[in-house]
Amino acid sequence: MKPPPFVYHRPTDLDEALAVLAEVGHDGKVLAGGQSLVPLLNMRLAAPRHLIDINRIGSLAYVRCAGGAVEVGALARHAEVERDAGAYVAIPLLRQATACVAHPTIRNRGTTVGSLVHADPAAELPAVLAMLGGTVELATAGGGRRTVAAAEFFLGPLESAVRPGELAVAARFPVPPPRTGSAWLELSRRHGDYAVAGAGVLVMLDADLRVVRARAGLISVGPTPVVVDLTDAVGGRPFDAADWAAAGALAAGAVEPEDDIHATAAYRRHLVGVLVARAAAQAARNRAR
Amino acid sequence: MHADRGDGPAEFAQPVRLVVNGVEHTVQVPPRRLLADALRHDIGLTGTHLGCEHGVCGACTVLVDGAPMRSCLLFAVSVDGAEITTVEGCRAPDGSLGPVQQAFIDCHGLQCGFCTPGFITTVTAYLREYPDPTEAEAREAIGGNLCRCTGYQNIVAAVLRAAELQRTTPVSGDTAARTPAAPDPGPGGGTP
Repeated sequence: MKPPPFVYHRPTDLDEALAVLAEVGHDGKVLAGGQSLVPLLNMRLAAPRHLIDINRIGSLAYVRCAGGAVEVGALARHAEVERDAGAYVAIPLLRQATACVAHPTIRNRGTTVGSLVHADPAAELPAVLAMLGGTVELATAGGGRRTVAAAEFFLGPLESAVRPGELAVAARFPVPPPRTGSAWLELSRRHGDYAVAGAGVLVMLDADLRVVRARAGLISVGPTPVVVDLTDAVGGRPFDAADWAAAGALAAGAVEPEDDIHATAAYRRHLVGVLVARAAAQAARNRAR
Repeated sequence: MHADRGDGPAEFAQPVRLVVNGVEHTVQVPPRRLLADALRHDIGLTGTHLGCEHGVCGACTVLVDGAPMRSCLLFAVSVDGAEITTVEGCRAPDGSLGPVQQAFIDCHGLQCGFCTPGFITTVTAYLREYPDPTEAEAREAIGGNLCRCTGYQNIVAAVLRAAELQRTTPVSGDTAARTPAAPDPGPGGGTP
Protein backbone atom coordinates (compact mmCIF):
# COMPACT_ATOMS: atom_id res chain seq x y z
CA MET A 1 0.00 0.00 0.00
CA LYS A 2 1.99 2.93 -1.28
CA PRO A 3 0.58 6.09 -2.82
CA PRO A 4 0.77 6.58 -6.59
CA PRO A 5 3.25 9.13 -7.96
CA PHE A 6 2.23 12.77 -8.13
CA VAL A 7 3.81 16.11 -8.87
CA TYR A 8 4.36 17.87 -5.57
CA HIS A 9 3.85 21.60 -5.06
CA ARG A 10 4.61 23.36 -1.80
CA PRO A 11 3.51 26.98 -2.13
CA THR A 12 4.54 29.32 0.66
CA ASP A 13 1.77 31.85 0.29
CA LEU A 14 -1.86 31.92 -0.75
CA ASP A 15 -1.34 33.63 -4.13
CA GLU A 16 1.20 31.02 -5.14
CA ALA A 17 -1.16 28.22 -4.10
CA LEU A 18 -4.04 29.71 -6.07
CA ALA A 19 -1.83 30.17 -9.12
CA VAL A 20 -0.83 26.49 -9.03
CA LEU A 21 -4.44 25.41 -8.51
CA ALA A 22 -5.53 27.53 -11.49
CA GLU A 23 -2.84 25.97 -13.64
CA VAL A 24 -3.50 22.32 -12.78
CA GLY A 25 -7.30 22.57 -12.65
CA HIS A 26 -9.02 19.17 -12.50
CA ASP A 27 -5.70 17.36 -12.05
CA GLY A 28 -4.94 19.06 -8.72
CA LYS A 29 -5.77 18.05 -5.17
CA VAL A 30 -5.06 20.13 -2.08
CA LEU A 31 -3.14 18.47 0.76
CA ALA A 32 -3.87 19.99 4.17
CA GLY A 33 -3.81 17.54 7.11
CA GLY A 34 -4.16 14.60 4.74
CA GLN A 35 -5.79 12.35 7.34
CA SER A 36 -8.53 11.42 4.88
CA LEU A 37 -6.67 12.05 1.63
CA VAL A 38 -3.51 10.04 2.32
CA PRO A 39 -5.45 6.83 3.16
CA LEU A 40 -7.27 7.26 -0.17
CA LEU A 41 -3.90 7.64 -1.91
CA ASN A 42 -2.34 4.71 -0.03
CA MET A 43 -5.27 2.51 -1.04
CA ARG A 44 -5.07 3.97 -4.56
CA LEU A 45 -8.68 5.03 -4.49
CA ALA A 46 -7.46 8.42 -5.68
CA ALA A 47 -4.53 9.32 -7.93
CA PRO A 48 -4.33 13.08 -8.50
CA ARG A 49 -1.50 14.14 -10.84
CA HIS A 50 -0.71 17.21 -8.75
CA LEU A 51 -0.71 17.57 -4.98
CA ILE A 52 -0.71 21.11 -3.66
CA ASP A 53 0.58 21.04 -0.08
CA ILE A 54 -0.73 24.09 1.82
CA ASN A 55 1.06 23.23 5.08
CA ARG A 56 3.59 26.05 4.60
CA ILE A 57 0.98 28.78 4.24
CA GLY A 58 1.12 30.05 7.81
CA SER A 59 -1.43 32.78 7.15
CA LEU A 60 -4.13 30.08 6.95
CA ALA A 61 -3.34 28.65 10.40
CA TYR A 62 -5.70 30.51 12.69
CA VAL A 63 -8.75 30.17 14.91
CA ARG A 64 -10.30 33.50 15.81
CA CYS A 65 -13.51 34.91 17.20
CA ALA A 66 -14.66 37.89 15.18
CA GLY A 67 -17.90 39.50 14.07
CA GLY A 68 -20.19 37.09 15.90
CA ALA A 69 -18.49 33.98 14.55
CA VAL A 70 -15.62 31.62 15.07
CA GLU A 71 -13.46 31.75 11.96
CA VAL A 72 -11.25 28.79 11.24
CA GLY A 73 -8.46 29.04 8.67
CA ALA A 74 -7.71 26.20 6.26
CA LEU A 75 -4.60 25.16 8.18
CA ALA A 76 -6.07 25.09 11.70
CA ARG A 77 -5.77 21.55 13.04
CA HIS A 78 -8.70 19.87 14.78
CA ALA A 79 -6.61 19.86 17.97
CA GLU A 80 -6.17 23.64 17.77
CA VAL A 81 -9.89 24.23 17.30
CA GLU A 82 -10.65 21.81 20.12
CA ARG A 83 -8.28 23.55 22.54
CA ASP A 84 -9.01 27.15 21.59
CA ALA A 85 -10.38 28.81 24.71
CA GLY A 86 -12.12 31.64 22.87
CA ALA A 87 -13.80 29.29 20.41
CA TYR A 88 -15.03 27.14 23.27
CA VAL A 89 -16.56 30.04 25.13
CA ALA A 90 -18.25 31.28 21.94
CA ILE A 91 -19.42 27.89 20.58
CA PRO A 92 -19.01 24.97 23.01
CA LEU A 93 -20.45 22.68 20.34
CA LEU A 94 -17.22 23.03 18.32
CA ARG A 95 -15.20 21.34 21.06
CA GLN A 96 -17.96 18.89 21.95
CA ALA A 97 -18.08 17.64 18.35
CA THR A 98 -14.38 17.89 17.54
CA ALA A 99 -13.55 15.70 20.55
CA CYS A 100 -15.41 12.91 18.71
CA VAL A 101 -13.32 13.25 15.51
CA ALA A 102 -11.22 10.06 15.31
CA HIS A 103 -8.36 10.00 17.86
CA PRO A 104 -6.11 12.74 19.28
CA THR A 105 -3.27 11.59 17.03
CA ILE A 106 -5.41 12.19 13.94
CA ARG A 107 -6.66 15.51 15.33
CA ASN A 108 -3.07 16.71 15.73
CA ARG A 109 -2.72 16.77 11.94
CA GLY A 110 -6.19 16.78 10.38
CA THR A 111 -7.80 20.14 9.70
CA THR A 112 -11.32 21.36 10.34
CA VAL A 113 -11.70 22.99 6.92
CA GLY A 114 -10.27 19.87 5.27
CA SER A 115 -12.95 17.83 6.99
CA LEU A 116 -15.61 20.16 5.58
CA VAL A 117 -14.23 19.92 2.05
CA HIS A 118 -13.97 16.13 2.31
CA ALA A 119 -17.75 16.15 3.02
CA ASP A 120 -17.95 12.72 4.57
CA PRO A 121 -21.58 12.22 5.70
CA ALA A 122 -20.22 10.46 8.81
CA ALA A 123 -18.01 13.41 9.78
CA GLU A 124 -18.86 15.69 12.70
CA LEU A 125 -17.79 19.15 11.52
CA PRO A 126 -19.97 19.33 8.40
CA ALA A 127 -23.02 18.78 10.62
CA VAL A 128 -21.83 21.45 13.07
CA LEU A 129 -21.39 23.94 10.22
CA ALA A 130 -24.83 23.03 8.84
CA MET A 131 -26.71 23.32 12.14
CA LEU A 132 -25.09 26.68 12.94
CA GLY A 133 -25.86 27.99 9.44
CA GLY A 134 -22.18 28.60 8.74
CA THR A 135 -20.32 29.30 5.54
CA VAL A 136 -17.16 28.32 3.70
CA GLU A 137 -14.95 30.91 2.01
CA LEU A 138 -13.52 29.85 -1.36
CA ALA A 139 -10.71 31.66 -3.18
CA THR A 140 -9.41 31.51 -6.74
CA ALA A 141 -6.43 33.05 -8.49
CA GLY A 142 -6.74 36.71 -9.39
CA GLY A 143 -8.59 37.71 -6.22
CA GLY A 144 -11.78 35.72 -6.81
CA ARG A 145 -13.75 34.95 -3.66
CA ARG A 146 -17.11 33.38 -3.00
CA THR A 147 -18.89 32.44 0.17
CA VAL A 148 -20.98 29.29 0.16
CA ALA A 149 -23.59 28.55 2.83
CA ALA A 150 -23.44 25.12 4.45
CA ALA A 151 -26.81 24.24 2.93
CA GLU A 152 -25.31 24.63 -0.56
CA PHE A 153 -21.83 23.39 0.30
CA PHE A 154 -22.47 19.70 1.01
CA LEU A 155 -23.68 18.17 -2.26
CA GLY A 156 -23.38 14.44 -1.58
CA PRO A 157 -21.14 11.80 -0.03
CA LEU A 158 -17.54 13.07 -0.33
CA GLU A 159 -18.76 15.84 -2.62
CA SER A 160 -18.59 19.51 -1.71
CA ALA A 161 -19.15 22.67 -3.73
CA VAL A 162 -15.41 23.36 -4.14
CA ARG A 163 -14.64 23.67 -7.87
CA PRO A 164 -11.35 22.87 -9.62
CA GLY A 165 -8.98 25.78 -9.11
CA GLU A 166 -10.64 26.82 -5.87
CA LEU A 167 -9.18 26.66 -2.39
CA ALA A 168 -11.34 26.61 0.73
CA VAL A 169 -9.47 29.20 2.77
CA ALA A 170 -11.69 29.42 5.85
CA ALA A 171 -14.92 28.39 7.49
CA ARG A 172 -17.16 30.65 9.52
CA PHE A 173 -19.19 29.18 12.38
CA PRO A 174 -21.76 31.76 13.59
CA VAL A 175 -22.11 32.09 17.35
CA PRO A 176 -25.63 30.98 18.35
CA PRO A 177 -27.91 33.41 20.23
CA PRO A 178 -27.39 33.97 23.97
CA ARG A 179 -28.95 31.33 26.25
CA THR A 180 -28.22 28.52 23.81
CA GLY A 181 -27.10 25.16 25.15
CA SER A 182 -25.51 22.43 23.09
CA ALA A 183 -24.45 18.81 23.23
CA TRP A 184 -22.98 16.22 20.88
CA LEU A 185 -23.57 12.49 21.17
CA GLU A 186 -22.71 9.67 18.81
CA LEU A 187 -22.55 5.92 18.79
CA SER A 188 -19.65 4.07 17.20
CA ARG A 189 -18.64 0.41 17.36
CA ARG A 190 -15.28 1.36 18.86
CA HIS A 191 -14.30 4.68 20.36
CA GLY A 192 -12.89 6.93 17.64
CA ASP A 193 -14.47 5.07 14.75
CA TYR A 194 -16.88 6.72 12.37
CA ALA A 195 -20.27 7.01 14.04
CA VAL A 196 -23.03 4.56 13.17
CA ALA A 197 -25.17 7.61 13.91
CA GLY A 198 -24.51 10.88 15.68
CA ALA A 199 -26.47 13.93 16.79
CA GLY A 200 -25.64 17.43 17.84
CA VAL A 201 -28.39 19.54 19.38
CA LEU A 202 -28.74 23.27 20.01
CA VAL A 203 -31.44 24.38 22.46
CA MET A 204 -32.23 28.09 22.81
CA LEU A 205 -33.91 29.12 26.06
CA ASP A 206 -35.60 32.37 27.08
CA ALA A 207 -35.05 34.27 30.33
CA ASP A 208 -37.57 31.99 32.08
CA LEU A 209 -35.66 28.90 30.88
CA ARG A 210 -38.37 27.94 28.40
CA VAL A 211 -37.39 26.43 25.09
CA VAL A 212 -37.52 29.01 22.31
CA ARG A 213 -36.05 26.91 19.54
CA ALA A 214 -34.21 23.63 19.17
CA ARG A 215 -32.34 22.12 16.26
CA ALA A 216 -30.49 18.88 15.60
CA GLY A 217 -27.60 18.11 13.24
CA LEU A 218 -27.34 14.43 12.32
CA ILE A 219 -24.54 12.39 10.79
CA SER A 220 -24.32 9.00 9.10
CA VAL A 221 -28.03 9.01 8.28
CA GLY A 222 -28.04 10.57 4.81
CA PRO A 223 -25.77 11.55 1.91
CA THR A 224 -25.04 14.90 3.59
CA PRO A 225 -25.49 16.21 7.15
CA VAL A 226 -29.17 16.43 8.06
CA VAL A 227 -30.50 19.41 10.02
CA VAL A 228 -33.89 18.98 11.74
CA ASP A 229 -35.84 21.75 13.50
CA LEU A 230 -37.14 20.31 16.78
CA THR A 231 -39.10 23.39 17.88
CA ASP A 232 -42.52 21.91 17.06
CA ALA A 233 -41.94 19.15 19.62
CA VAL A 234 -40.52 21.17 22.51
CA GLY A 235 -41.03 24.89 21.83
CA GLY A 236 -42.51 26.90 24.72
CA ARG A 237 -41.89 24.19 27.31
CA PRO A 238 -39.76 24.72 30.45
CA PHE A 239 -36.29 23.23 29.95
CA ASP A 240 -36.85 20.57 32.61
CA ALA A 241 -40.35 19.60 31.49
CA ALA A 242 -39.95 19.43 27.73
CA ASP A 243 -40.80 16.18 25.98
CA TRP A 244 -37.34 15.38 24.67
CA ALA A 245 -38.48 11.94 23.54
CA ALA A 246 -40.91 13.71 21.22
CA ALA A 247 -38.03 15.75 19.83
CA GLY A 248 -36.17 12.49 19.23
CA ALA A 249 -39.18 10.98 17.50
CA LEU A 250 -39.52 14.07 15.32
CA ALA A 251 -35.87 13.74 14.24
CA ALA A 252 -36.18 9.99 13.69
CA GLY A 253 -39.15 10.60 11.41
CA ALA A 254 -37.24 13.18 9.40
CA VAL A 255 -34.27 11.03 8.35
CA GLU A 256 -34.00 8.41 5.63
CA PRO A 257 -30.97 6.35 6.56
CA GLU A 258 -29.74 3.40 4.52
CA ASP A 259 -28.68 -0.13 5.36
CA ASP A 260 -25.00 -0.95 5.19
CA ILE A 261 -22.63 -3.50 6.70
CA HIS A 262 -22.47 -1.55 9.95
CA ALA A 263 -26.16 -1.12 10.73
CA THR A 264 -29.65 -1.41 9.32
CA ALA A 265 -31.66 1.65 8.37
CA ALA A 266 -34.15 0.85 11.14
CA TYR A 267 -31.39 0.72 13.76
CA ARG A 268 -29.98 4.04 12.59
CA ARG A 269 -33.43 5.62 12.78
CA HIS A 270 -33.82 4.23 16.30
CA LEU A 271 -30.43 5.68 17.27
CA VAL A 272 -31.41 9.11 15.96
CA GLY A 273 -34.45 9.08 18.24
CA VAL A 274 -32.43 8.08 21.30
CA LEU A 275 -29.40 10.28 20.64
CA VAL A 276 -31.44 13.40 19.85
CA ALA A 277 -33.58 12.98 22.96
CA ARG A 278 -30.52 12.55 25.17
CA ALA A 279 -28.46 15.29 23.53
CA ALA A 280 -31.36 17.76 23.64
CA ALA A 281 -31.97 17.17 27.34
CA GLN A 282 -28.25 17.50 28.00
CA ALA A 283 -28.02 20.69 25.92
CA ALA A 284 -30.87 22.28 27.85
CA ARG A 285 -29.38 21.26 31.20
CA ASN A 286 -25.98 22.62 30.15
CA ARG A 287 -27.58 25.97 29.45
CA ALA A 288 -29.85 26.14 32.46
CA ARG A 289 -27.20 25.12 34.95
CA MET B 1 17.20 11.10 -10.58
CA HIS B 2 13.79 9.98 -11.69
CA ALA B 3 11.85 6.95 -12.72
CA ASP B 4 9.02 7.17 -15.22
CA ARG B 5 6.66 4.35 -14.35
CA GLY B 6 4.42 5.08 -17.28
CA ASP B 7 1.33 5.19 -15.05
CA GLY B 8 1.80 8.60 -13.53
CA PRO B 9 3.98 11.66 -13.59
CA ALA B 10 7.75 11.28 -13.60
CA GLU B 11 9.16 11.27 -10.09
CA PHE B 12 11.97 13.51 -9.05
CA ALA B 13 13.68 12.89 -5.77
CA GLN B 14 14.13 15.94 -3.63
CA PRO B 15 16.11 16.67 -0.51
CA VAL B 16 14.28 16.47 2.79
CA ARG B 17 15.86 17.44 6.08
CA LEU B 18 14.67 15.69 9.21
CA VAL B 19 16.01 15.91 12.74
CA VAL B 20 15.32 12.43 14.05
CA ASN B 21 15.88 11.80 17.76
CA GLY B 22 18.19 14.81 17.79
CA VAL B 23 20.28 13.73 14.81
CA GLU B 24 20.04 15.62 11.54
CA HIS B 25 19.49 13.64 8.34
CA THR B 26 19.06 14.85 4.78
CA VAL B 27 17.54 12.26 2.47
CA GLN B 28 16.72 12.31 -1.23
CA VAL B 29 13.18 11.02 -1.61
CA PRO B 30 10.36 11.15 -4.15
CA PRO B 31 7.37 13.23 -2.98
CA ARG B 32 5.22 10.17 -2.40
CA ARG B 33 7.65 8.70 0.15
CA LEU B 34 5.70 8.30 3.38
CA LEU B 35 7.44 9.56 6.49
CA ALA B 36 7.30 6.01 7.89
CA ASP B 37 9.20 4.67 4.87
CA ALA B 38 11.69 7.52 4.94
CA LEU B 39 12.46 6.67 8.57
CA ARG B 40 12.72 2.93 7.93
CA HIS B 41 14.29 2.70 4.48
CA ASP B 42 16.14 5.95 3.94
CA ILE B 43 17.34 6.59 7.48
CA GLY B 44 17.45 2.99 8.65
CA LEU B 45 15.44 3.37 11.85
CA THR B 46 13.28 0.26 11.70
CA GLY B 47 11.77 0.68 15.14
CA THR B 48 8.78 2.42 13.58
CA HIS B 49 6.41 -0.30 12.40
CA LEU B 50 3.82 -0.15 9.65
CA GLY B 51 0.65 -2.09 10.33
CA CYS B 52 -2.31 -0.96 8.28
CA GLU B 53 -0.78 1.87 6.24
CA HIS B 54 -4.01 3.83 6.30
CA GLY B 55 -4.10 5.45 9.70
CA VAL B 56 -6.18 2.95 11.65
CA CYS B 57 -3.77 0.87 13.73
CA GLY B 58 -1.41 3.47 15.21
CA ALA B 59 1.71 1.25 15.05
CA CYS B 60 3.60 3.86 13.00
CA THR B 61 2.93 6.74 15.41
CA VAL B 62 5.92 9.08 15.81
CA LEU B 63 6.20 12.53 17.37
CA VAL B 64 6.38 15.41 14.89
CA ASP B 65 7.61 18.53 16.65
CA GLY B 66 6.48 16.82 19.84
CA ALA B 67 2.94 15.87 18.77
CA PRO B 68 2.02 12.25 18.01
CA MET B 69 1.06 11.68 14.39
CA ARG B 70 0.64 8.75 12.04
CA SER B 71 3.84 8.52 9.99
CA CYS B 72 1.94 6.49 7.34
CA LEU B 73 -0.31 9.49 6.72
CA LEU B 74 2.46 12.04 6.24
CA PHE B 75 4.70 12.59 3.25
CA ALA B 76 8.33 13.13 4.21
CA VAL B 77 8.46 16.20 1.95
CA SER B 78 5.53 17.70 3.81
CA VAL B 79 7.35 17.65 7.15
CA ASP B 80 10.69 18.86 5.74
CA GLY B 81 12.61 20.49 8.59
CA ALA B 82 10.58 18.89 11.39
CA GLU B 83 11.90 17.30 14.58
CA ILE B 84 10.85 13.67 14.71
CA THR B 85 10.93 11.37 17.72
CA THR B 86 10.66 7.64 17.06
CA VAL B 87 10.61 4.77 19.53
CA GLU B 88 14.41 4.76 19.33
CA GLY B 89 14.31 8.27 20.77
CA CYS B 90 12.22 7.26 23.79
CA ARG B 91 15.17 5.71 25.60
CA ALA B 92 17.03 7.34 28.47
CA PRO B 93 20.07 9.55 27.66
CA ASP B 94 22.47 6.85 28.88
CA GLY B 95 20.99 4.38 26.39
CA SER B 96 19.00 2.41 28.93
CA LEU B 97 15.26 2.03 28.68
CA GLY B 98 13.13 5.12 29.05
CA PRO B 99 10.37 5.15 31.68
CA VAL B 100 7.60 4.25 29.22
CA GLN B 101 9.63 1.38 27.78
CA GLN B 102 10.49 0.14 31.27
CA ALA B 103 6.83 0.33 32.32
CA PHE B 104 5.76 -1.83 29.37
CA ILE B 105 8.24 -4.49 30.52
CA ASP B 106 7.28 -4.16 34.18
CA CYS B 107 3.59 -4.66 33.36
CA HIS B 108 3.99 -7.18 30.54
CA GLY B 109 2.38 -4.58 28.27
CA LEU B 110 3.53 -6.31 25.09
CA GLN B 111 3.56 -9.77 23.62
CA CYS B 112 4.56 -9.88 19.95
CA GLY B 113 5.71 -6.27 20.14
CA PHE B 114 4.60 -5.17 16.69
CA CYS B 115 2.29 -2.43 17.92
CA THR B 116 4.56 -1.40 20.78
CA PRO B 117 6.55 1.41 19.07
CA GLY B 118 3.29 3.27 18.41
CA PHE B 119 2.19 2.83 22.01
CA ILE B 120 5.55 3.99 23.39
CA THR B 121 5.58 7.20 21.34
CA THR B 122 1.90 7.92 21.98
CA VAL B 123 2.21 7.37 25.73
CA THR B 124 5.45 9.38 25.92
CA ALA B 125 3.74 12.42 24.42
CA TYR B 126 0.57 11.91 26.44
CA LEU B 127 2.33 11.76 29.80
CA ARG B 128 4.22 14.94 29.03
CA GLU B 129 0.88 16.74 28.88
CA TYR B 130 -0.99 14.69 31.47
CA PRO B 131 1.58 13.34 33.94
CA ASP B 132 -0.96 11.82 36.34
CA PRO B 133 -3.79 10.12 34.41
CA THR B 134 -6.61 8.09 35.91
CA GLU B 135 -7.17 4.60 34.58
CA ALA B 136 -10.02 5.86 32.40
CA GLU B 137 -7.81 8.61 31.00
CA ALA B 138 -5.03 6.11 30.33
CA ARG B 139 -7.51 4.00 28.37
CA GLU B 140 -8.63 7.04 26.39
CA ALA B 141 -5.01 8.02 25.71
CA ILE B 142 -4.29 4.75 23.90
CA GLY B 143 -7.68 4.62 22.15
CA GLY B 144 -6.08 5.23 18.76
CA ASN B 145 -3.67 2.30 18.95
CA LEU B 146 -4.55 -1.30 18.19
CA CYS B 147 -2.97 -4.31 19.88
CA ARG B 148 -3.96 -7.81 18.81
CA CYS B 149 -2.18 -9.69 21.60
CA THR B 150 -2.59 -8.22 25.02
CA GLY B 151 -6.25 -7.36 25.42
CA TYR B 152 -5.04 -3.91 26.54
CA GLN B 153 -5.30 -4.47 30.30
CA ASN B 154 -1.56 -4.63 30.78
CA ILE B 155 -1.02 -1.69 28.44
CA VAL B 156 -3.35 0.45 30.55
CA ALA B 157 -1.42 -0.70 33.61
CA ALA B 158 1.83 0.22 31.83
CA VAL B 159 0.60 3.77 31.16
CA LEU B 160 -0.10 4.21 34.86
CA ARG B 161 3.23 2.60 35.77
CA ALA B 162 5.07 4.88 33.33
CA ALA B 163 3.45 7.90 34.96
CA GLU B 164 4.66 6.61 38.31
CA LEU B 165 8.20 6.08 36.99
CA GLN B 166 8.29 9.53 35.42
CA ARG B 167 7.42 11.15 38.70
CA THR B 168 10.63 9.72 40.10
CA THR B 169 12.77 9.81 36.91
CA PRO B 170 13.39 12.94 34.85
CA VAL B 171 11.80 12.82 31.39
CA SER B 172 14.50 12.37 28.81
CA GLY B 173 15.64 11.00 25.51
CA ASP B 174 13.43 13.28 23.50
CA THR B 175 14.74 16.43 21.93
CA ALA B 176 11.46 17.66 20.53
CA ALA B 177 10.13 19.26 23.66
CA ARG B 178 6.58 20.39 23.38
CA THR B 179 4.92 23.13 25.32
CA PRO B 180 2.13 21.54 27.29
CA ALA B 181 -1.34 22.73 26.40
CA ALA B 182 -2.99 25.12 28.77
CA PRO B 183 -5.42 23.46 31.17
CA ASP B 184 -9.02 23.44 30.04
CA PRO B 185 -10.15 27.03 30.53
CA GLY B 186 -13.76 26.40 29.67
CA PRO B 187 -16.67 25.86 32.00
CA GLY B 188 -16.35 22.09 32.00
CA GLY B 189 -18.65 20.73 29.32
CA GLY B 190 -21.37 23.24 29.98
CA THR B 191 -21.97 26.49 28.22
CA PRO B 192 -21.09 29.98 29.30
